[in-house]
Amino acid sequence: MLIDRLPISVLKSRLVPDRWDVVAIALVFAVLVYLGEAAHGLGQPLAGLEATPISLDPWKLIGYSARSALRMLIAMIASLVFTFTYATLAAKSRRAEVLLVPLLDILQSVPILGFISVTVVFFLSLTPGRIAGAEFAAIFAIFTSQAWNMAFSFYQSLRSVPDELDEVARGFRLGAWMRFWRLEVPFAMPPLIWNMMMSMSGGWFFVVASEAISVGNTTLTLPGIGSYIALAIEQRNLVAIGWAIGAMFVVILIYDQLLFRPLIASADWFTLEQEAGLMPSRSWVLTMLRRSRVLRLLRRAFAALLHRASRWGQNLQRLQKRPRKLVVRKVTPAWFDPVWYGGILLLTLAAIWKIAVFVHAGVTGAEIGHVLLLGLATLARVIILIAIASIVWVPIGVAIGLRPSVTRIVQPIAQFLAAFPANLFFPVVVSGIVAWRLSPNIWLSPLMILGTQWYILFNVIVGASSLAPDLRNVAENLHIRGWLWWSRIALPAIFPFYLTGAITASGGSWNAAIVAELATWGKERLVATGLGAYIAEATTAGDARRTVLGIVVMSLFVVLLNRLFWRPLYAQAERRFRMA
Amino acid sequence: MNAPLLLDVQKVRQAFHKPDGDELLVLDGVDLTLRAGEIVGLLGRSGSGKSTLLRVIAGLANPTGGTVNYLGQSVAGPAAGIAMVFQSFALFPWLTVFENVQIGLEALRVPATEIRRRALAAIDLIGLDGFESAYPRELSGGMRQRVGFARALVVHPNILLMDEPFSALDVLTAETLRNDFLDLWTAGQLPIQGVLLVTHNIEEAVLMCDRLLLFCAQPGRIVSEIPIDLPKPRQPLDPRFRAIIDRVYVEMTTRPGTDARPEGRVERYAGAGIGAMLTHVSSNLLAGLLEAVSTAPYNGHADLPAISADLRMEADELFPVAEALQMLRFAELAGGDIRLTEAGEQFAKGDTDERKRLFSLHLLKYVPLAAYIRRVLDERASHTAPKTRFFDELEDHMAEDAAEETLRTIISWGRYAEAFAYDDQSQSFSLENPT
Repeated sequence: MLIDRLPISVLKSRLVPDRWDVVAIALVFAVLVYLGEAAHGLGQPLAGLEATPISLDPWKLIGYSARSALRMLIAMIASLVFTFTYATLAAKSRRAEVLLVPLLDILQSVPILGFISVTVVFFLSLTPGRIAGAEFAAIFAIFTSQAWNMAFSFYQSLRSVPDELDEVARGFRLGAWMRFWRLEVPFAMPPLIWNMMMSMSGGWFFVVASEAISVGNTTLTLPGIGSYIALAIEQRNLVAIGWAIGAMFVVILIYDQLLFRPLIASADWFTLEQEAGLMPSRSWVLTMLRRSRVLRLLRRAFAALLHRASRWGQNLQRLQKRPRKLVVRKVTPAWFDPVWYGGILLLTLAAIWKIAVFVHAGVTGAEIGHVLLLGLATLARVIILIAIASIVWVPIGVAIGLRPSVTRIVQPIAQFLAAFPANLFFPVVVSGIVAWRLSPNIWLSPLMILGTQWYILFNVIVGASSLAPDLRNVAENLHIRGWLWWSRIALPAIFPFYLTGAITASGGSWNAAIVAELATWGKERLVATGLGAYIAEATTAGDARRTVLGIVVMSLFVVLLNRLFWRPLYAQAERRFRMA
Repeated sequence: MNAPLLLDVQKVRQAFHKPDGDELLVLDGVDLTLRAGEIVGLLGRSGSGKSTLLRVIAGLANPTGGTVNYLGQSVAGPAAGIAMVFQSFALFPWLTVFENVQIGLEALRVPATEIRRRALAAIDLIGLDGFESAYPRELSGGMRQRVGFARALVVHPNILLMDEPFSALDVLTAETLRNDFLDLWTAGQLPIQGVLLVTHNIEEAVLMCDRLLLFCAQPGRIVSEIPIDLPKPRQPLDPRFRAIIDRVYVEMTTRPGTDARPEGRVERYAGAGIGAMLTHVSSNLLAGLLEAVSTAPYNGHADLPAISADLRMEADELFPVAEALQMLRFAELAGGDIRLTEAGEQFAKGDTDERKRLFSLHLLKYVPLAAYIRRVLDERASHTAPKTRFFDELEDHMAEDAAEETLRTIISWGRYAEAFAYDDQSQSFSLENPT
């Protein structure tokens, strides 16, 4: 009892397994085997892809979904590595910061889907003739959908380490390595976990979209759910699409139970006060991890290892530079700053020149104007769709959020739907449009918000459920009902939450436009007028200039919308609706 | 006074650079010594730079001028023999009690078995047995601060710095921890030789310290030193104890150069101009203290220690209110007493409208910043002015957060006096009051 949780006591624990151990061992090894099988084949030559084409056999889906899940996992690990390095550099170096932070902001606004064809060519050239190149390209696409917000969250946490904790760390002279693992990483964990969740939710969309990539005339299909569905579309096979949706459902459910829930539940561990979080912090997997003796042993061994590593790093550091000069900042020569900032300026100018020359060589001014107009068309779609989704989901979300028993059931479902890749449902809708000869300009639009509307719903639910009981009592006490209740109590109370959801939904919709505005069903092609369709067409045609032009214009729209509309609104909401 | 000298602080000066290149002086010419076996208290109002001085001594901040010598060595960066206890405990929420206590030793590259032995010893000494595996969030405030003590003591520092260690605790818990600490100290069981205690609790300071150094603000400097040679343990009801408390109050209401003459105080405020920092005190508190002093048993004249005990307000809560009243000429502070002026009596007896009228009158007459804002608004054709206009001007005189608080204060006072209006949405002052 005395020192129960200490790594030192690892050796003192009982070694007899209990029932949780059996479950745990079975699960852990099954996952290992499953992933191992999926990893096999990375080294195969590209020709092998054509030799074993995708099959619509539902049983094959088990293997395919494993491959898709593995890509997701690798991309997540890569995102974490990126987060720990990029964000740390940005937070610790003022010079790096001025460049890296705005870069993150822009990267977050770039529509990744338009990018894939460009990166495929690059990665294929790295590993000529191997599947690994195509795999890397797919994983890179998923990575780009996940990494930016994680890195930004980590950067913000590093910048806001509480003064006293910082002083303790400095007072006890923790080295940079030990400080990182003992102070900074744990402190940044709760928001990082939340962002990892959001990233994974968004990531499935790109897993599906990035597996069947066409570059010019060649189409690369990596084994996975995305390729399966692409083939189903080609063959107009609605049943196969049903199977794919089912498989995805199971994969996300497993991810949710094995990864999300334990992560969220463990986020509490890093905070001093237990706050009412956005998520239910219960997880049977975490309970299992905590109760199972074998896993506890493993966990302690791991903790001890980390502990050793942080001390070892500390020792190493001390050996290197001793005596250490503390507090005194590293002095760089006076010429360094002008050279550094001058270099950045030159680089920026060169980059702008490069883009301008590249695009201008094959594109006329009239076309640029045309693309801007297409951007306005897509903008109109995004605005109308967000408005419609808000009108539908805000009242429903409030109604749900005010009833705790309903919230408990609906909230996980809404989160699940947000994670579910909406592009799996596209063929179902598209086949309907084809069958009834509906106008693509109108009926393709809802696809853009199919996957992102749930962010509005679950943020509104959170907002409504966190409305102080006293405020509700006051409203009842004063007989405030009807429109007065909505306009003076409910809507202002959920407004900041709603905004968070709407911003996320709007950002996601732009990206979805690339796959939503141009859809195929067998030989039929449906095109809606818009920037998304323009980029998609340029990509399939292998027209790099128009792809770049489209991406630049879309990024511009996203950045401007964020800066000129969402940011002021959000700042106002934050100022106006807080008490202290 | 021939015990070995642990710490020698000479002419320490701390200034922060503002964006426009000017300096903001936080500490000016601070001299201080600490000898073995001493507990020295730093007493002063919040914002007087006591905590900054503690961080300079701990090596967490570099002074702009002056020297800090620890055992004859100049302190540049965190020194091995100086440990600190924080007001907010500053525990790592993700580490257990045991791990929190160990971390200082780990950074020192002490062998693992030795770390364990010493951590257990510290935990035992400070009364944390049985809590080793708990996480900070599972502990009460008192237990959390015990971890803070154990963590500081485990590295066997020569000097323990305490930054208001008991002020985040409730009265009873604070008393228990204080007594436990003093018992261990007097019994010589603590592995430390000297203590520097920052506090704003006068009774606590007199209870614990062998010497008190009084701080005054803007810039922070030591204005007087009060030796306390009562034997420990001390009894708060002991008349000699009360006499020392009274003396501290007298010293704190008498500023250098003012000689307790009313003109001196007038000069202090008139000379301060719009750059004087205002501490946020709500008009309810101002009215409350005026009422309390004006009624029996005080009838317009109260002894500060007495009214502090009566209202259950600590000195650092009471002083800002009393000083705001003094600035507004509703009261005078001198010799550890507060005395209402005629206007103060009138305010206390008046109804809401009368109070607002008086407050507005005094605000615009005696608080230069209020008068200035009003004048700017009157002069402008639109009768509005953005907040940033005054904020930038204030920043020439004080740090950013001080400027923020000063504006917050003037907005709230201006609103109460209906002297001007402020709209948070547009961040601007105006003369329009909704009527």
